[in-house]
Amino acid sequence: MEQARRVISVIVLNEASALSRIVGLFSGRGYNIESLTVAPIPESKYSRITIVTAGSIKVVEQIIKQLHKLIPVLRVYEHADLVEKEMAMVKIPLNESLGDIEALAHAYNGKIVNVSSDTMIVMVADEPMRVGHFLEAIKRFHPKEIVRSGSVALER
Amino acid sequence: MQISGAQMVIEALAAEEVEVVFGYPGGAIMNVYDEIYKQNAFQHILTRHEQAAVHAAEGYAKTSGKVGVAMITSGPGFTNAITGIADAYMDSIPLVVISGQVPMSLIGTDAFQEVDAVGISRSCTKHNYLVTHASDLPRILKEAFYLARTGRPGPVHVDIPKDVTAQIATFDYSKEVDLETYKPTVKGNMRQIKKAVEAIASAKRPLLYLGGGVVSSGASDLVRQFSTMTQIPAVETFMARGTLHHADPLLISMLGMHGSYAANMAMSETDLVIALGARFDDRVTGKLSEFAKNAQIIHVDIDPASVSKLVNAHFPIVGDVKNVLEAMIPLAAEQVDPLRHQLWLKTIANFNKLHPLSYKEEGDRLKPQWVVQRIGELLGDDANISTDVGQHQMWTAQFYPFSRPRQWSSSGGLGTMGYGFPAAIGTKRADMNRVSINITGDGSILMNIQELMTAVEYKLPVINVILNNNFLGMVRQWQTMFYDKRHSETDLSIQPDFVKLSESFGGIGYRVTTKEEFDAALKDAVEKNVVAIIDVVVARFENVLPMVPAGGSLFNMMLEYKDK
Repeated sequence: MEQARRVISVIVLNEASALSRIVGLFSGRGYNIESLTVAPIPESKYSRITIVTAGSIKVVEQIIKQLHKLIPVLRVYEHADLVEKEMAMVKIPLNESLGDIEALAHAYNGKIVNVSSDTMIVMVADEPMRVGHFLEAIKRFHPKEIVRSGSVALER
Repeated sequence: MQISGAQMVIEALAAEEVEVVFGYPGGAIMNVYDEIYKQNAFQHILTRHEQAAVHAAEGYAKTSGKVGVAMITSGPGFTNAITGIADAYMDSIPLVVISGQVPMSLIGTDAFQEVDAVGISRSCTKHNYLVTHASDLPRILKEAFYLARTGRPGPVHVDIPKDVTAQIATFDYSKEVDLETYKPTVKGNMRQIKKAVEAIASAKRPLLYLGGGVVSSGASDLVRQFSTMTQIPAVETFMARGTLHHADPLLISMLGMHGSYAANMAMSETDLVIALGARFDDRVTGKLSEFAKNAQIIHVDIDPASVSKLVNAHFPIVGDVKNVLEAMIPLAAEQVDPLRHQLWLKTIANFNKLHPLSYKEEGDRLKPQWVVQRIGELLGDDANISTDVGQHQMWTAQFYPFSRPRQWSSSGGLGTMGYGFPAAIGTKRADMNRVSINITGDGSILMNIQELMTAVEYKLPVINVILNNNFLGMVRQWQTMFYDKRHSETDLSIQPDFVKLSESFGGIGYRVTTKEEFDAALKDAVEKNVVAIIDVVVARFENVLPMVPAGGSLFNMMLEYKDK
């Protein structure tokens, strides 16, 4: 079956059960969600959910139709031409070279955002693939913890 | 009006003009039952199991066309009801199911009779609600009824914690439902409709493929008008039985796994499928890649998720079947030549002649198909028919002479054994002037046999006709055909005395082995007008034929089975 990575945005009523209804459509078919972000849309009763998933095109299309069918869902966008960004934060021991790390972060649209007595935190915000590259490159500075935010996306 | 949550439930049901609620009380729903005791807006029918309450509400909804209502308590009351809820979801039956829940403060503490009800019902309801304050109840109940009956109908579940039923709040039921996120498309796209009619006008072998959506949208009369006017023949799905009159020359019969040879061949030979409110279920299509492969497809359905779900539609039309047909008929009247399909109609008549639905009489043993046909001859239009699930169900769908929509009620999608008897009780309650017959099997009937008590108590005289072959017949048939006759756990030779069983509940019973006895029993039961079981001993190894083996192509039917 033809496989594809898909980014889906769902505009949904900001209510307790909405997220579980949406996630249930994926888990009920044994589909993994690669990333999921949720936040309220300012000055509205809606939230925007960005879902990244990979799977058979036919099945994902069916999921999208079912998403439309959920009562609290206002709109569903499948993104083709879009700006997609992700953020990552990395905790690094303070004994590594601050200058080198700062330069690396800078190349990926990021910087050092916090320095404590024995660790620092670096953040970057870029396309998901480039965030991946950054996390590859940062390995030699012995990161202690890594967190990725998951994608958010807007159509051009 | 300042009233309690429990009183709000009563007021809302009264405002919705509910005339009957099927239910079963328990701890968490007691406040509501206390209000039921005090009211006389509707009747409450106490079934003897929560699953039966939901099936009875389904039977009532199918026969009446109204929203069925069931009420149950938390925990086991709710989990017992879930089979009925899932059944209604699969067959798009409009229901509102109200369940009690433990008090808000105890939710999530493993309280007595607590279960995450909305978590369980989420995937098998059209929508569900956990009510967190009584002030939300009027809006939620109004939305629940609205959602259940509009768009593609379905069950809506409302879970109400016990403390919410005691809270006092303002009751105002006058506000119109306003759901910004829910606007079903009722009217079909006119451009698509025009294109579809053009396709119909130029088709050589068009075929109407009628599904349950025709019945639920109330479009049967329009379908009859459309097919007569255009002389386009029709096949019905299991769910659509009764849409066309059984004697209608344009009706080819049911299609699918146990459909007629002619219906399945017509589907394989057609060059244009006109699918109305049907969803291309796997029991209908057989092998998908071979299904109607010479045809273009017009697919009319209220549910956009059903269109092109399994079979790609060349002319997708999202809309209510009735609405779309209203737009199609004047166009078709101008464009479609009714004499155009005479050769096609002749071809179908030949299919019918070649292998009509039939069975062979053998010796003295009653054939189950004969029993179904005989009920049809004796009662015909005067009976509403429900069934359980299995061989008897397929024989009924094949051989009963249905003459109107809503005459037929059976568990199609979920295939729930135990559906038939409680559904027949709901059907009887909805249509007291007709005989309510549940055609069942010796396996299925025991799955909700306790409803004898409900039927007797409320004087809802359902006649259960057991086609008794001492087997779980349909599974036995597959074991015979595909598992080398290893009849694993399907032999039901040990049985209760169904006559005494019925009598012990206050009904009547008959054990029947000949045609004469059957006629006498059915006539007597109809005349006495009381709850009855007619236990009919039928040929044990009869198979449901013809048959498309699972995953096979429609045109490759097993027409007879020869014992090896």
